[in-house]
This record gives sequence, structure tokens and C-alpha cells, in this order.
Amino acid sequence: MRSKHWIEFAIESLIRVLGLSSIGFVLLIFLFLLKEGLPAFFEVAPENLFGVRWYPTFGLFGTLPLILGSLLVTATAIAIALPLGVATAVFVREVAPGWAREVLKPMIEVLAGIPSVVLGFFGMTVLAPLVRVTLNAPTGLTAFTGGLILAYMALPTIISVAEDALDAVPKSYRDAGLAMGATQWQTIWRVVVPAARSGILTAVMLGMGRAIGETMAVMMVTGNAARMPTTLDSLFRPVRTMTATIAAEMGEVARGSTHYHVLFGIGILLFVITFLLNLVAAGAIFKKRRRGGLR
Amino acid sequence: MDVKIRIEDLTYAYGDKVALRDVTMDIPANAITVVFGPAGGGKTTLLRLINRLNDLIEGTRMSGRILLDGKDIYAPATDVIDLRRRVGMVFALPLPLPGTIRENVEYGPRLAGVRDPVRLEEIVVRSLKQAALWDEVKDRLDTPASALSGGQQQRLCLARSLALEPEVLLLDEPTSGLDPISTGRIEETLFELKQRYTIVLVPHSIQQAARVADYAAFFLMGELVEWQPGDMLFTNPRDQRTEDYITGRFG
Repeated sequence: MRSKHWIEFAIESLIRVLGLSSIGFVLLIFLFLLKEGLPAFFEVAPENLFGVRWYPTFGLFGTLPLILGSLLVTATAIAIALPLGVATAVFVREVAPGWAREVLKPMIEVLAGIPSVVLGFFGMTVLAPLVRVTLNAPTGLTAFTGGLILAYMALPTIISVAEDALDAVPKSYRDAGLAMGATQWQTIWRVVVPAARSGILTAVMLGMGRAIGETMAVMMVTGNAARMPTTLDSLFRPVRTMTATIAAEMGEVARGSTHYHVLFGIGILLFVITFLLNLVAAGAIFKKRRRGGLR
Repeated sequence: MDVKIRIEDLTYAYGDKVALRDVTMDIPANAITVVFGPAGGGKTTLLRLINRLNDLIEGTRMSGRILLDGKDIYAPATDVIDLRRRVGMVFALPLPLPGTIRENVEYGPRLAGVRDPVRLEEIVVRSLKQAALWDEVKDRLDTPASALSGGQQQRLCLARSLALEPEVLLLDEPTSGLDPISTGRIEETLFELKQRYTIVLVPHSIQQAARVADYAAFFLMGELVEWQPGDMLFTNPRDQRTEDYITGRFG
């Protein structure tokens, strides 16, 4: 009896230590990020740090083109992936016959496992030349190309999560729509999709999280020119994202230098931006819920 | 009596499971026909077949005919959408759609192409009055439908069906989740409505069946045991099984 009690205690303690340590590791990483990144905000004057020129060798650390570059590529990706992803989810869940759903769903989920460097390679060798020729642009390595690749990467997540959300809508909603003389399409669009709204929003947020944090594929296809994407044709010009900047420059920077701290500072900015986006989305979901939507 | 719906030799199966077996009966116009019996008797299936809600379910078999005003509703020429507008259905669980009370009632007419705001307003007022909900919600038509109580939500669902001015109303245990006061209100509403509509009701109890039935049909294990005017069936059933069920010997 006594020994059993002891084993129980040991296992409980082990689980507790394991659980707490993973929380601890996350905290430590966050603290490390703050320790290495925060000095940047003191060493570099704010008007320089949030300026428009990123020339680290000349002491110019303007992160604005990088932030806007990231946002432009991500927004492009979502603008492409959202309608496509939701439409595919609706097709898979509501329109496709049962056997097709069984085949399609796992296939789509497998797509999420393609390594991003492979997609980047595909983007460089196939997509970029295609964009260059079609748009008659000087280079195919553009924000738009990055958006296309990211859209492709976000799609499996969006489709899979949105499909689950549609699947969770009770069958009785579909019956209620049909019984009122709605066509199948009207029922899907006016009843089922609104009912799954919050789940679809989650899907988009997850896809967006994947897109804004993605580094390798983006670095390979966006051209990496740190220019301000302020002109109308910026979408079809090279841009440089925050993640690509960190990845490209971290290897050759002197540890402890201002440049080094600024790169970590960009990491903090990326974290804050992602956090705010999630907060806004969560807020939107919560507000809808309180207003008395379905779920 | 005018026959609104005629069911002829109807047999229906989900895969190997037979839900209805050789059912033949008439549903008279401007009366409440109660379809009752223990669970698994095929009542809900019968209702769903009358407005073709089972069309999208795979692996089912059907034989026999259902005639609405003498026309086979499963004939290839039937417009299913139009049929569902003529035959409204209210479900056991009150299910407001996303949006406000007004949007819920306007939903069907809008789908049917009604755009005129004056006409829509008329429909909203008339439907809510018919469903005995108007007095309780007239000051808050633009608030979310999900904030209503269960009984109010169920009457809202009734109003939503009535907004399309159907000829037939199918009600599948519309009062199963409701308190006696709300139930009483809905039953009163049904007495009003039968002047203009043909009503088929699956009651949630034998007592309710006896209260509202003009005609009653007793279903047992997919078989129609008997159907006749309600006062006859409940006082003097022809079949021993019906008598056993309504006197509470099984069920």
C-alpha cells in the first residue's frame, strides 16, 4: 500500500516537472529574445529605427520597409488563400460526395507537410519565371510571388480547419434552411457558413500565423530588396520581409553589436505584430459571440 | 373532407433498415392530423418525405407515391424548392438562424425574391401575430433571435415557416422542449391556423395527440396500424395495439 502511494507521488512529480519545464523553456526563450532585442530600442534612435532606410553597414536601421514588406506579402497571401480555402472547404464538406471527401481531406492535410524550402525552390524555378513573363516585369522575384507561395502554404491549414468548423454545424441547420425553400447553395451561404463563422476565422488566423512567420520560402522568392512598398506597383516589385532579414543577416553579424541587437529587436516586433493580430481576431470572435450570433 | 395529401403504398428504407412499410393514408385539408406512436415508428421520416428533406441522404430506397393536391411530389417535373415553400416544416429543437428576429422571419420571403420593404414588414407582422409571438417581441424586432426564450424561439420558427404562406405545415414535436404555458400557446395557435392550413403534427405525448387531433394515425415500427378521426381513435380504437398504447400498456 505504502509503495503504491510512493509510485503515485513519483509519477505525479515527474509529470509536473515535465509540464513546468516546457513552460519554463518557452519563458526562457522569450526572456532571451527580450534580453538580446531590447537594447536595440535604446542604442538606435527611434526615428532611425522606424525610418525608411535599411542599410545596417551605414548604421541605418530603418525597419519600416521590412514591416510593410511582411504585411504586404502576408496580406496578399491571405487575399488569395481565404476565398480559395473557404471555397474548397465548402466543396469538400458540403458538395463533394462522401467517398471524395474521404480521399480529399487527408490529401489536403498531407500538403501541409511539404517542407517550405521545397516550395521555395518550386517558387524560384517555376513560379518566378512565370510571373516575370506574364507581367513582363524585370524580375519574377516579387511580393506577389511570395504571396502566391505563402497562400499555397496557408491553404491546407485553412481548408482543414474551416472544414472541421463546417462539419461541426449541426445537420438541423441545413434542414432548417432547406425546409424554408432555400436551394442547397443558399443554405450553405446564408446558414451554414455564417454558423461556422468563428471556426472559419480561426482557420484564417492560423493560416495567417503560418504566413507571417514563414521565412525560407519567402526569402527565396521575394527578391529581398529592402525598399518601401509605397508605390502602386510595389506588389510586383521585390520586397524584403522581417523574417527574411533576420535569417539572411544573423549569420554574418558580430555578436553583441548594434546590428545584432536590432535583428533581435525585429524578432520582438514580429512577435508583437503577430500577438496583436491574434488579439484583434479573438476580439472579433468574442464580440460576435456576445452579439448573439450562433457560436 | 378534402384530401390535401394522399400517401399510397409508401415504403422507405435507410440502407437495410426499413423505416416505413406499405403506408397508405390521406391527410385532409384544413385539419390537424396527428401522427403518433413510440420512437422509431417512422413518424419523422414520413414528415421529412412529405417535403423531400431526405433527398440529400445517400443510400435510401423508396417505393410508393405521395400526392399533394393529386400531383406526385416525387415526379421528375416537381420543383423541389417550390414544394418546400408550399410545405413548411418546424423541427423539434427551436433553431433560430444567425441574426435578428426580423431577419429570421424575412429569411424565407427574401430567398423567394421578395424585396419590397413594405411587403416584408407586412409579412413580419402577420407571421409573428399568427405565431402568437407579436406582443412579446414587437418592441425588439432588431435584437438577436438567440436571446429569446425556448418557447419564444419555437414560435419564431413557426413564424418563419408561416412567412412563406405554406399550404401545409409539418410540425415534428414542436413542443417537446417547452413548458406547459408555451405548449398551450402553440396549441392555441395551431387551432387558429388550421382554418387556413393543413397541419400534420407529431405530438410529444399521447395527451397532446388527444387534445389537438382532428385525425390521428398510429405508427408502430414503421407500420401504420390505423388512422381515423381523432375522437374515434382515442375513444374506440379498432386495433388492439392502438388500445394498448393509448392506455399505457406499452410505449
